[in-house]
Amino acid sequence: MSKPKFKNPVVKWIDYRLPIFTFMDHELNHYPTPKNLNYFWNFGSLAGIALVTMIITGIVLSMNYTAHVDYAFDSVERIMRDVNHGWLIRYIHMNGASFFFIVVFVHIFRGLYYGSYKAPRELLWILGVLILLLMMATAFMGYVLPWGQMSFWGATVITNLFSAIPVVGESIVTWLWGGFSVDNSTLNRFFSLHFVLPFVIVGVVILHLIALHRFGSNNPIGIDVKGTQDTLPFSPYYTIKDLFGLGVFLTFFAAAVFFFPNFMGHPDNYIEANPMVTPAHIVPEWYFLPFYAILRAIPDKLGGVLFMFGSIAVLFILPWLDRSPVRSSQFRPIFKIFFWVLVFDCILLGYLGAMPAEGIYVILSRIATAYYFFHFLILFPLLPYIEKTKPLPISISVPVLSGASTASAFAVREKK
Amino acid sequence: MVLMLIKTAKASLIYVLTIVCILFGAHLSFAAGDKITYPQKEWSFSGITGTFDRASQQRGLQVYKEVCSGCHGLRLLAYRNLKAIGYKDNEVKAFAAENSVNAIDDEGEIIERSARPSDKFVSPYPNIQSARAANGGAYPPDLSLIVKARSDGANYLHALLTGYVEAPSEKKVPDGMYYNKYYSGNLIGMPQPLYEDGVTYADGTKATQEQMAKDVTAFLAWASEPELEERKKTGIAVILFLLVLTTLSYFAMKKIWAPIKNREI
Repeated sequence: MSKPKFKNPVVKWIDYRLPIFTFMDHELNHYPTPKNLNYFWNFGSLAGIALVTMIITGIVLSMNYTAHVDYAFDSVERIMRDVNHGWLIRYIHMNGASFFFIVVFVHIFRGLYYGSYKAPRELLWILGVLILLLMMATAFMGYVLPWGQMSFWGATVITNLFSAIPVVGESIVTWLWGGFSVDNSTLNRFFSLHFVLPFVIVGVVILHLIALHRFGSNNPIGIDVKGTQDTLPFSPYYTIKDLFGLGVFLTFFAAAVFFFPNFMGHPDNYIEANPMVTPAHIVPEWYFLPFYAILRAIPDKLGGVLFMFGSIAVLFILPWLDRSPVRSSQFRPIFKIFFWVLVFDCILLGYLGAMPAEGIYVILSRIATAYYFFHFLILFPLLPYIEKTKPLPISISVPVLSGASTASAFAVREKK
Repeated sequence: MVLMLIKTAKASLIYVLTIVCILFGAHLSFAAGDKITYPQKEWSFSGITGTFDRASQQRGLQVYKEVCSGCHGLRLLAYRNLKAIGYKDNEVKAFAAENSVNAIDDEGEIIERSARPSDKFVSPYPNIQSARAANGGAYPPDLSLIVKARSDGANYLHALLTGYVEAPSEKKVPDGMYYNKYYSGNLIGMPQPLYEDGVTYADGTKATQEQMAKDVTAFLAWASEPELEERKKTGIAVILFLLVLTTLSYFAMKKIWAPIKNREI
């Protein structure tokens, strides 16, 4: 690629010594992007914007928040009532977490559907799963900060999971708490970690982007870019498409923030934490419900914890579990069906996570959990041996391999 | 062209449906936990253009003051906040001055002085223990956030206040407990608080139980969400702005992509 020509003398001067403008020009302007990306490729940039939104609102909130068991709840209410537009900042932050998870979940399922985790993008995928894990930790600790009933009891339930570890479990829990129960020291360290982890996420996101830009985006038909005829410069084609996607996203986000700000929250969290009163049902935030369902589906405590973490762990090794060389589900008729079964399975797990652990819900949780692991550990490795994939196109520009277009397809190939 | 439109429409539809499904699913999962349903009332503050009814809020304040405040605090509200529901400075001052708060004078002695508009509502009990002791062990919760702290809060509150009925014969109601058909478990420590003409409204409105329940709910809904009116008003402007921005960016996108799409067809 030719070196960009900058007209502004200051930009020129700086770029000669520190080529950040050349870098930005390469990565944001000329960056060759497959020309056939659909709207599901909008969710990556949306996730980035959600992260930045969370960090900015979070910093402003932290300026008005007091991390102390006696003041935390009231300091949040002071933000809601007395800080100028504090209610707006807090509702953006609160709903932003949910929307961040929504776009990230769609982003992950897009990756699953189009095989974006396959060679040479394994590390890109692994970094993404790492971001998910960091997000979960950050979100969990953030939910504790308002010091409502669900904050306190959620923290108690989740930190107690570590007591399932044999021999050292109890000691680990005491160490996590910084005491003998969820208390002031727990709140303090959670605030500290909740503040710092988002910047760790930014770091991993940068690695995620470096890995992405090494080979560029995957695309809906999942075959490699064969040349410039298959790509478009990122700007203006995808900047404008991302802007449109952002507009749609923000419209939904604003609707939640302004009209239904507590729709995804739990009313109990507007009751100040009280270690003496246990809520009737302790439910985590909705984005943890599928994992919570897996945790409760296993009759053994340690087993439940292992399966819950296992449900994320299988994602880390997914690039090697899936043996099929074909990326996109468009050419994998059986896989495509199972993909939607998995989507349904995850939604079902989410539903079951919110239900009391009794009767039919327990049985369903077990079936859904079993299917989840079956899908990753058995289906992914074995399906390629049975499945007959559809013929792949020759390139993105010549999508169909039949009749007259075959000739042109070969012509394209000859030209290379 | 038509085909393209359909394709775009299809893609947008999937996009929208995905978000709607997740949002709805998230809500459903919580809603399903509740067993008791409350009569759904019309509230002036519900809906995206909802606002509070000032007269009703002021009557609600009167009910709170004359009935509820004997046992329930409103500690997150300051007297100055009452200006938002239509009271003048001098009225707020007078209202606050009816209460007294502890302060420390220049000699370091603890004194009592009358409350100022900048003070928070004075709670009826100095601490939870004394509140429990005075109420047979049951703690009358602070009402500052009550509408947000219960699912379907406004309807819950209204139902609870009007839900005192004769206990069915098979249900044993112990001493100091009362039967309420909308309370979880039906046994509540709070005796029926609202009776016909329990208060004499300053504006002459007939103080039926229903009227008082609606008014005090409107007042407490505001106490829970004092930002509600500004929030919804801002929301409408923001959404309109975003709709214009999104529409413009859609057509800009179509224009920029047109040469690419045409080449392919």
